[in-house]
Amino acid sequence: MSEIRIERISKTYPGGKAPAVRDISLTVQDSEFMVLLGPSGCGKTTLLRMLAGLEYPDAGRIVIGDRDVTDLPPRKRGIAMVFQSYAVFPHLTVFENIAFGLRMQKRPDAEVRRRVSHASGLLQLDPYVERYPAQLSGGQRQRVAVARAIIMEPAVLLMDEPLSNLDALLRLQFRAELKKLVSEVKTTTVYVTHDQLEALSLGDRIAVMRDGQIIQVAEPMTVYDRPATEFVGSFIGSPPMNFLRGTAQSEGAAVFSVAIGDQSLPAPAAVAAQTGSDLLVGIRAENIVPHASAPVGTGSAGALRAETVVVEPLGSHLLVTASVAGQIVKVVTRTDFPARAGMDIWLEPEPDKLRWLRAADGIAFGN
Amino acid sequence: MTTVAAPAALRRRPAPRWHLYALAVVISLFILVPIYLIAVAAFTPRAVLNGFPKPVVPVAVSIDTMQAFLNTRGVGQSVINSLIVGLLTLVMSTVLGAPAGYALARFAFRGRDAFQLLILMTRAFPIAILAVPLTVTFITWGLYDTLPAVALVHTALALPTTVLITASIFISVPVDLEEAALTLGCTPLGAFTRVALPLALPGLAAASIFTFVLSWNEVFASVILTVSNRTLPAQVLSSLGDSPLAYRFAGGFALILPALVFIFFIRRYLFNMWGRVVR
Amino acid sequence: MQGEVAQRERSALLGDTAAPLARRGRRIPIIPYALLAPTVLFLLVFFAWPMIQALVLAFQGADGAWSLAAVERMTGDLRFGDAVKTTLIFAAVVIPLQTVLAIGMALLLMSNLRGAGFFLYLWAIPLGISDLASGVVWLSIFTDRGYINSLLVGLGLSDAGYPFLSYENPLSLFLCAAIAELWRATSIVMVIVLSGLQVIPKDYGEAAEVFGATAWQRFRHVTLPMLRPSLQVALILRTILAFQVFAVVIALAGRQLPVLAEEAYHFYYDIRSPNVAAAYALLIMALSLVFTAIYLRVLRVRDAELGRGR
Repeated sequence: MSEIRIERISKTYPGGKAPAVRDISLTVQDSEFMVLLGPSGCGKTTLLRMLAGLEYPDAGRIVIGDRDVTDLPPRKRGIAMVFQSYAVFPHLTVFENIAFGLRMQKRPDAEVRRRVSHASGLLQLDPYVERYPAQLSGGQRQRVAVARAIIMEPAVLLMDEPLSNLDALLRLQFRAELKKLVSEVKTTTVYVTHDQLEALSLGDRIAVMRDGQIIQVAEPMTVYDRPATEFVGSFIGSPPMNFLRGTAQSEGAAVFSVAIGDQSLPAPAAVAAQTGSDLLVGIRAENIVPHASAPVGTGSAGALRAETVVVEPLGSHLLVTASVAGQIVKVVTRTDFPARAGMDIWLEPEPDKLRWLRAADGIAFGN
Repeated sequence: MTTVAAPAALRRRPAPRWHLYALAVVISLFILVPIYLIAVAAFTPRAVLNGFPKPVVPVAVSIDTMQAFLNTRGVGQSVINSLIVGLLTLVMSTVLGAPAGYALARFAFRGRDAFQLLILMTRAFPIAILAVPLTVTFITWGLYDTLPAVALVHTALALPTTVLITASIFISVPVDLEEAALTLGCTPLGAFTRVALPLALPGLAAASIFTFVLSWNEVFASVILTVSNRTLPAQVLSSLGDSPLAYRFAGGFALILPALVFIFFIRRYLFNMWGRVVR
Repeated sequence: MQGEVAQRERSALLGDTAAPLARRGRRIPIIPYALLAPTVLFLLVFFAWPMIQALVLAFQGADGAWSLAAVERMTGDLRFGDAVKTTLIFAAVVIPLQTVLAIGMALLLMSNLRGAGFFLYLWAIPLGISDLASGVVWLSIFTDRGYINSLLVGLGLSDAGYPFLSYENPLSLFLCAAIAELWRATSIVMVIVLSGLQVIPKDYGEAAEVFGATAWQRFRHVTLPMLRPSLQVALILRTILAFQVFAVVIALAGRQLPVLAEEAYHFYYDIRSPNVAAAYALLIMALSLVFTAIYLRVLRVRDAELGRGR
């Protein structure tokens, strides 16, 4: 139960061409569940391992609680870690695996038995405590890894993509269980994943990383609705956020629009500084209202005509891929929407869900 | 609609299995029959042994040939000497080689390639190079004709292989097991002894057996480095010329016996290594 | 056993390492060097030093001055030419035969025969047998009153048997020694080839089969190229050992079949001349180095062929 302060951490691997982690600073609040999210190679695992003490930074400081742990070995940091491969000791029983950290602390037998039994109960491992890991399934081994970590009552819990080796169905189930467990245990947690669904579901805050840097740190819905860059918008959410490229225009006194092909969308005043340059308009697939025929009246100004390319019925909703002025847009709508390939439809984005980004560097501005 | 003939490869009949079995049996016989014969020879009474033609199927079994061999002057002692040298070699090469193998497996350090090159080069050295000049050195140091001297040379022979085997064994122990131990309160040494070592033990044991057998079998250096403190192979070799047949046969069997025993013990390990074949 | 050894050696040398452990702080780590130091020291003492000693012995005369006397004595010896020839021919005969036999045995083991495990155990037995033991074993078979002759006489095919190991029959002597070596050392090559075969994914052969390749074509164009790393290791090891052939020859033929290692022993022991013995030793090593270089060149394996990126 401690705050973590990462201050200006950098690391380049020997022989590496670019830094793995570049001048990163981040504060994780006490009891917060912080998710490090990003594609492979973005540095999230490196950062986690530096928190653990399994790697050492070239520059910067790491503070856990009120202790500077930058140069301390893992055993002195008050951390516990769940590895992607679980790293469950094959030569020890489940009981001894879970008890391992306590045995290292030379706790009395009675206390060890009590605490192991509590942890194995939490993770439904009671029937398996005398078995060896080779006799367990992948999911069960993962629970052992989690039990082994939380039994230590660490100041900080670190998790390196613990769900990525499970099959899709198990992953869904464990995600929910993990969320429940974590809310009961209330340890400061740093969780690494490349799966944006896990990030959205589990995190109190998400730190989106790319190429060794943190692009955005915010609560899940903020990252989802108001991504800081094009990268964040397209990385989070399924389908990714739509980005339409257009040119900012001034239509007169304090009235602006974005020209997309030969159509245009009304734009807020924030666009004023960008007139003449290219913009990206971001809108999520579920925030577009499709119409089978051209809307009239006030609706028509904020709607774009598009040609349907593909219609995918996905059980609970329809995923429509459409083309606006040659650009692809994905729309999620109700299953009985009458769209067919080749048909013209009109797409009306919800105005307060629009995001405005500079095309040159993909960075959002405005709200 | 015309039918298309399947290409020849897809039309093949299942391979005639009995050909393959026959071949395998022939090879097995080639390997086993000589061993059988030497065993028979070693346990045939001397009188029969000196006769001719020799019975391929033993008509009489007796241990007097082996006994005579073991009672020949110097033989019993040489067996003990071989055991001592083998154990010394085993201990020395493990104590020196296992840490080096661990370092090679776990650390990326400057000079690593140079070290690997050194290992490979020494693996390729002919023994003769070692033994002949070392005799001169050992004489100067007063080590000539002692068992530790032989053990030192055997260790030099076994060390490169020991290093590479232990490196490969430690590589097969996932490093995140040791990292997990580090996060659970172990020092690096603790992680090694509690996690890496127990998992590496079967492989290390097999490597030790290999080293022992290597030492037991080694003949050139042993015979050059000793005069009165002979190991078994040195003893047998030096008396080959003027010893009766019975002595030679019994000696041959004594030399083979450890191989048979040890292969028997590590065959499970052999099977684990080539599990896919055995299925 | 030796084959398993060689397989592990190869994987360690080709660098398939797990991620290394972190270094403490930003200082140069001492732990790996500390762990390596005893081995490096030991190897330097027991390899580098004897090398130098051998060079000194071979190229120095009795008075300590540099001289080629020892070398001249070696080359001038009556048996020198024969020893070189015999050693080289022996290697040239035994090694290809062993390799082919070993590949055949390994392929047999991989062809899903029932009892493959049993056969593997049997065929691995010679791994632990020394060259001396092998010589004695085959002595019992080939000697004048040995088992082959017993069989021949017993079956009435011959009156007194055939003198396989007589000095009047150098060809026969040579063949007997070759058979003994074949018997003993093929397992080593087989085990290395076997482990090499196991790493080849089945998909390649199956793909070739779908495209119409016969078994022989599959072997030649898919299996054999992918075996190259294993073959390289096996051939280097076997050739170096072949040049040192010693106890097999002595057990079967005494001094009648001259080989380099045996001449070295003879000069050291009987003639008491460590200088000439050292000269022979250097010759053996020179031959080994030359052939190792040849193998490395001819059987050069590029990383890309192995499917290994960097």
